[in-house]
Amino acid sequence: MSSILIIEQILNGLQFGVMLFLMAAGLTLIFGVMGLINLAHGSLYMVGAFAAAAVAGLTGSFLLGLIAALIAAAFAGAIIEMVVIRRLYKAAHLDQVLATFALILIFSEGTRWVFGSFPLFLDIPDALSGPVTLPGGIQYPLYRLTLIAIGLLVALGLWALIERTRIGIQIRAGENDREMIGALGVDISKLYTLIFALGAALAGLAGALVGAIQSVQVGMGEPVLILAFVVIVIGGIGSIRGAFVGALLVGLTDTLGGVFLPELFKLFMEAGAAQKSGSALASMSIYMLMGLVLIWRPTGLFGART
Amino acid sequence: MKLNERAINTVVLLGLLALPLYALVVDEPFTITLVTRAVILALAAVGLNIVLGIGGLVSFGHALFFGIGGYAMGILAYHAQTYTTLNLGFFSTGGTKLMPVIWLVAMTVSAIVAYVIGKLTLRTSGVYFIMITLAFAQMFYYFTISWAQYGGEDGLSIYIRNDFPGLNTLVPIQFFAICFVILCSVLFLYARLQASPFGLALNATRQSATRVEAVGLDPMKLKLLAFVISGAVTGLAGALFADLNRFVSPTMFSWQLSGELIVLIIIGGVGRLMGPVIGACVFVALEHFLGGLTSFWHIYLGVILLCIVLFARGGILGLLTGKEGAHV
Repeated sequence: MSSILIIEQILNGLQFGVMLFLMAAGLTLIFGVMGLINLAHGSLYMVGAFAAAAVAGLTGSFLLGLIAALIAAAFAGAIIEMVVIRRLYKAAHLDQVLATFALILIFSEGTRWVFGSFPLFLDIPDALSGPVTLPGGIQYPLYRLTLIAIGLLVALGLWALIERTRIGIQIRAGENDREMIGALGVDISKLYTLIFALGAALAGLAGALVGAIQSVQVGMGEPVLILAFVVIVIGGIGSIRGAFVGALLVGLTDTLGGVFLPELFKLFMEAGAAQKSGSALASMSIYMLMGLVLIWRPTGLFGART
Repeated sequence: MKLNERAINTVVLLGLLALPLYALVVDEPFTITLVTRAVILALAAVGLNIVLGIGGLVSFGHALFFGIGGYAMGILAYHAQTYTTLNLGFFSTGGTKLMPVIWLVAMTVSAIVAYVIGKLTLRTSGVYFIMITLAFAQMFYYFTISWAQYGGEDGLSIYIRNDFPGLNTLVPIQFFAICFVILCSVLFLYARLQASPFGLALNATRQSATRVEAVGLDPMKLKLLAFVISGAVTGLAGALFADLNRFVSPTMFSWQLSGELIVLIIIGGVGRLMGPVIGACVFVALEHFLGGLTSFWHIYLGVILLCIVLFARGGILGLLTGKEGAHV
């Protein structure tokens, strides 16, 4: 196995990781500030992808598609926050799980109703298609490299937003003591809607960006949602830094495991059996990673100690 | 509206028995199969209700046990129908088509898996518990997808329903009878469990684990035992479900199914003896009638569910009896 392949796979893992981060950041922010488990986050990812595919299909511009994805997802997020989610902040986790599960059903079937069951396709813009040559002679798709860059930029932007702006101060204060910031004159319900819309926009962005390398279809959000859950459980629920580290860990484990575990098994098994058991183990590897992290630290890597 | 819960329970059980008998008289075998499906889903949800209702543990991965039950049936019957040997290293068998044996295996394996997973997950609580149970179910889901020996993603078809001594299980009403008797036995077990010292202690754990610890009981042990019993019951339901469809596939492990099991309980009423049964009947009826009208029936299910969570917290039983909680 060549070092080129290894580097390629590491880049693939990074790309997957940063996209997971976009999903996980919103989830963990919403949980950290509002204490809400939002299963419908995957639906917002789907909404973003569909909005991008529809607008890019109409106008032929990928950039307009991305903007549409951000707006549609943020708008959908703000609406469900105001209509449904707002009533759930004080409810038990069970009610939150159920209500947001109900939202998934409504979003998925609603999208199927509007767009039909067939997948839509979103093309990579011409300017970003094709490979680039990296130092060391590695050919790598420019689009995937762009995704890594966008993901890292968003992470940086989010860090700046939370650590360096007034809204960030309010968000951090909201994580620590909701009642107190309300008493200090911050309009909590506006802040909550804003955070929810922000998280939704990030999910929509991820959906649109990934939509260009996969097909855009109903139900695309839930597998990513579950991985994002794994990410925030590993990172510690409520911690953005944890979400970042967790996302990269999960992205790399998933990608590298799928490639290298079968190879590893071939060292001491015959090829066919190694391929089978290797890929079976690889599909379980991130859950094992999560199990190990939780045995070591029951509240995740960066979670608050209880 | 205030009705006696006990009276409602009796009416529901009698109705569940009467409908297939009526269908038998007017010769509508499909209705019998539909009711059997409701009975089996109810059984799975009763299992979940032990941890969710009495213990307050929101397991979002109970499809795991449902799937294990299904695959226990699938694997044993597969080896029996292909005359191949299942070799586990320490033990080998030619598989079996006998239901009681399959049930025993399904329950034992589910209980063992529940023990191991319970040991790992019950250390956590709240959201962590919800997500970890979900993740464990996903782990099995992806494992069965890549498990090519037993059909992988396509699942396993079992050509002939398994046997029960003295009965012809291929006759819908006889298979229904088996499932109905099992459901009644498990409901009886649930009622006894809820009233037993163990059930009371488990209930207390849900309300305040610290106080339970202070009177000298170990909440972890209580929760673990409940999780194991719950897993075994849901596993049994999985084996029956697989037998009903004569088919097992990784979808039995899917997270949607875990969600639906919770939904059944919520529709009927959390922690109530017949809550899951009523929920399962309503769910199957909706699926059948709305599903016949429109292929987008999940939208309506979503809206109904949203209304129940936001406005009718005790579920249908809560509405009918005028008591929101099961434990008042």
